[in-house]
Amino acid sequence: MKHLRTLSLTLFALLTALVAGAQSPQYQEAMAKQVALLDEGSSYNPQTMLEISNTFERIAATEQNQWLPYYYAAYAQVMSAFMQENDKDKMDALADKADMNIGKAEALQPDNDEIACIKSLIATVRISVDPPSRGQQYGPESGAQLVKAKQLNPENPRVYLLEGQALYYTPEQFGGDKVKAKEVLEQALQKFTAFKPASNIAPHWGEARAKQLLAEMN
Amino acid sequence: MWKRYGHLVAFLCLPALLAAQHKISGRITDARKRPLPGVNIYIKGTYDGATAAADGSFSFTTTAAGQQVLVGSLMGYQTLEQPVTISGPLQLTLMLKASISELKAVTISAGSVEASNDRQNTVLKPLDIVTTAGATADIVNAIKTLPGAQQTNDREGLFVRGGTGYETQIFIDGLLVRNPFFTSLPDMPGRGRFSPFLFKGTTFSSGGYSAQYGQGLSSALVLESEDLPTQSSYSLGASLIGISGGLDELMKDKKGSYGIEADYTNLAPYFDVAKPNQQPTTGPEILGTSLNFRRKTSATGMVKFYGYGNWSRMGFRKNSIEYPGYHEEFDVRNQNIYTNLTYKESLGNGWRLNSGFSFSTNRDKIRTDTIEKTTPAYIRSLSNLSQARLMVTKALGVLSVLRLGGEYQYAVESSSFNAYEADYVDNYSAAFAETDVYFTPRFVGRFGGRMEYTSILAKMSLAPRVSLAYKLNDHSQFSVAYGDYYQKPEPQYLRFNRSLGYMKATHYIASFQRIAGDYTFRMEAFYKKYRDLVKTVPDTSTTGTGYARGIELFWRDRKTIKNLDYWVSYSYLDTKRNYLYYPYEVQPDFAAKHTASLVVKKYFPGITTNIGATYSFASGRPYYNPNLPESKFMSERTIDYNTLGLSASYLTTIGRAFTVFVLSVTNVLDIKQVYGYRYSSDKLRREEIVPNAPRFLFVGMFMNFGIDRRQDVINNL
Repeated sequence: MKHLRTLSLTLFALLTALVAGAQSPQYQEAMAKQVALLDEGSSYNPQTMLEISNTFERIAATEQNQWLPYYYAAYAQVMSAFMQENDKDKMDALADKADMNIGKAEALQPDNDEIACIKSLIATVRISVDPPSRGQQYGPESGAQLVKAKQLNPENPRVYLLEGQALYYTPEQFGGDKVKAKEVLEQALQKFTAFKPASNIAPHWGEARAKQLLAEMN
Repeated sequence: MWKRYGHLVAFLCLPALLAAQHKISGRITDARKRPLPGVNIYIKGTYDGATAAADGSFSFTTTAAGQQVLVGSLMGYQTLEQPVTISGPLQLTLMLKASISELKAVTISAGSVEASNDRQNTVLKPLDIVTTAGATADIVNAIKTLPGAQQTNDREGLFVRGGTGYETQIFIDGLLVRNPFFTSLPDMPGRGRFSPFLFKGTTFSSGGYSAQYGQGLSSALVLESEDLPTQSSYSLGASLIGISGGLDELMKDKKGSYGIEADYTNLAPYFDVAKPNQQPTTGPEILGTSLNFRRKTSATGMVKFYGYGNWSRMGFRKNSIEYPGYHEEFDVRNQNIYTNLTYKESLGNGWRLNSGFSFSTNRDKIRTDTIEKTTPAYIRSLSNLSQARLMVTKALGVLSVLRLGGEYQYAVESSSFNAYEADYVDNYSAAFAETDVYFTPRFVGRFGGRMEYTSILAKMSLAPRVSLAYKLNDHSQFSVAYGDYYQKPEPQYLRFNRSLGYMKATHYIASFQRIAGDYTFRMEAFYKKYRDLVKTVPDTSTTGTGYARGIELFWRDRKTIKNLDYWVSYSYLDTKRNYLYYPYEVQPDFAAKHTASLVVKKYFPGITTNIGATYSFASGRPYYNPNLPESKFMSERTIDYNTLGLSASYLTTIGRAFTVFVLSVTNVLDIKQVYGYRYSSDKLRREEIVPNAPRFLFVGMFMNFGIDRRQDVINNL
């Protein structure tokens, strides 16, 4: 009996580990596929981004204690929002969705620099809908999230990318600075070179964007 | 035992057992059979699923089999969970129900235009209120570009839909403001006292408004004060006419803030150069201060205090129309203190409490004199108003709400003319009940009533109010409103005659509104019946009558041209009334038949400069010519009113301070404006009633340290 109990406990533990705990092969495979899709240029349209975010949401619904599916769902929604800046209703709806997903990611993984980066981006989406009216509320929030991310992990290259991007696009009179933007983006590139993602599904986006921005400046 | 755990083992081998793939496909729509692209459709507990295409179709394969749950989820819709049995290919037709959310639900909109950041689908944003060129950062001036409001710029107040300025009441956080405007001199209406930056929300109701508000026959301007600032800041301003400074400090725990502001304005040097029609003898000089304190008392509770103190003096001299060759002088000194304390808290179970107290005092000392001809007349007036207001609201379900409340006001009005004094005290109390009932998320009814008692009239009034709104689709809605409105006659009549009654207006409004992205269209028709207006001839009584009816249009476009935002409003007004000394019902001298405004704002990113222009038109107004027979009373019209205001603001940084330079000009084209004529008592001479300074130039700079409030300032003109 004792043996049986031990066996059953082991089995149960194994099962739990498979279903909920560590990353099942199925999870790894699905995530790797979607994350790779995000890196592809052909995905760079609002429709595909939305589809990818839906897939991440499906994975998230099954793997409820993994933060990455929520994280990527939010990321894809933010990207989709930025790609349809003419449809302000949609931008807000996507920001709402991204907010919800990143909230769930944060509940699983509090004080995470990558999550702070997404939160900064969501605030930027909110601003884009109506800059004069919303800049005051969301501008400081967007900046505060980047400050938080940098405190948590000064080596995260995405922090520098977002900071440089903000400096680049903000008019000088509002605190933007093209010279400083370039410095920060170059710093981002250095950090990207040094950056080793923890796994093939850990956040690693942004290097191409940083290069593209720098190319625009020269 | 093995038997007991057997299914676990089987489960572990599940993928191998169920390798067969089945195709799930179909189409998903909303309740009205319209395709829903973007829905996330999947088998619960698996990754298998798809996103619905533009035509609502979807297709995916799954290895899941047997009893499963199919999920369909989309923002703004209730998530569908439908049990399915998978044993082969499945073809499904699915439907999602819209979720009930405030965002999508219909809102009561007849008669009111709201400016708020909290909701996306508003006609205006708070910034728009102050971004209007020519409005000189005055809330009421900006409101005058909206449909329903008249361009009545020679008298104090907001004239709405055939109503007088007195018929519009201004409320801050639910509390009535007794003296919202600076004390004015004849033909020189006072500006609004309160800076537009104090408010996060402004609702301009040109009729049919809620039972929460009373004592306004025509209109309510409801201002909602700002919450905590996001950051501490300090500001400095300097212009041709004055200086200002302030600080707004966010406490360390970010749960409270306090602020202090002071400003000093002196128009004398400007008038020395600009030479207004009436020659200044004193000032105008204004000293203002304000204090505020805001504190979150819990996650849901908030205390706010706002205190304002203001001292002003001004005097003007002009040629006397009564005594040719002589000069008339007017001199006014004013002191005004306004305080407002509110407390909001959630009481649990869907109940919320809103309470407020306010005390204000206003003292005017006016001297009028025809130099070397008459003895000066001294007019003094003091009005004190103390009030308390309590409202509890109860959420009924997701959207519906019940509001119950009461108000008490204690007013002391004293005035003297030389040695004559006339004082009175009024105790006013009111109770209201109102409910917003959502029959469906698309269809709402607001039913309410207001009971008022005022001791000076010793009369009770009961005012029913009803509004209905129906949302035709995501962007368009139709609404209607009906309501009775009562108001005490103006203090100058109450002082001398205590046997008057309430004045009464009944509103009927129908409106259509479409807000789609950056385009807004509104159309409203109204009919307003006046009863019991004040008559002064033959005796002071409340037996006057009148009506107003009209159609109003509003169009706003923020998209067609990049960085350009414009709106157009047009109001057609047909109104007649028999009040005061009028012999019969006639179009009153403050009302214009046609009023239109065009407001344009364009931002030039290259030079970080905002340019704004506002053009307003009003057809000529009737005026009283005492030389005409009674049958021709008010039959003559002034010339049409036209004005163009321009403003430019340049944004930059000086040191660490965000700085904005501002240039604004009213009546750029120097078009002649005549509001009416004043006749001498022997009817032989008349003078035009014109703006004192036909064109006003403002040049200034504002610096802000800390939070970037420049956007405020630029839009301030």
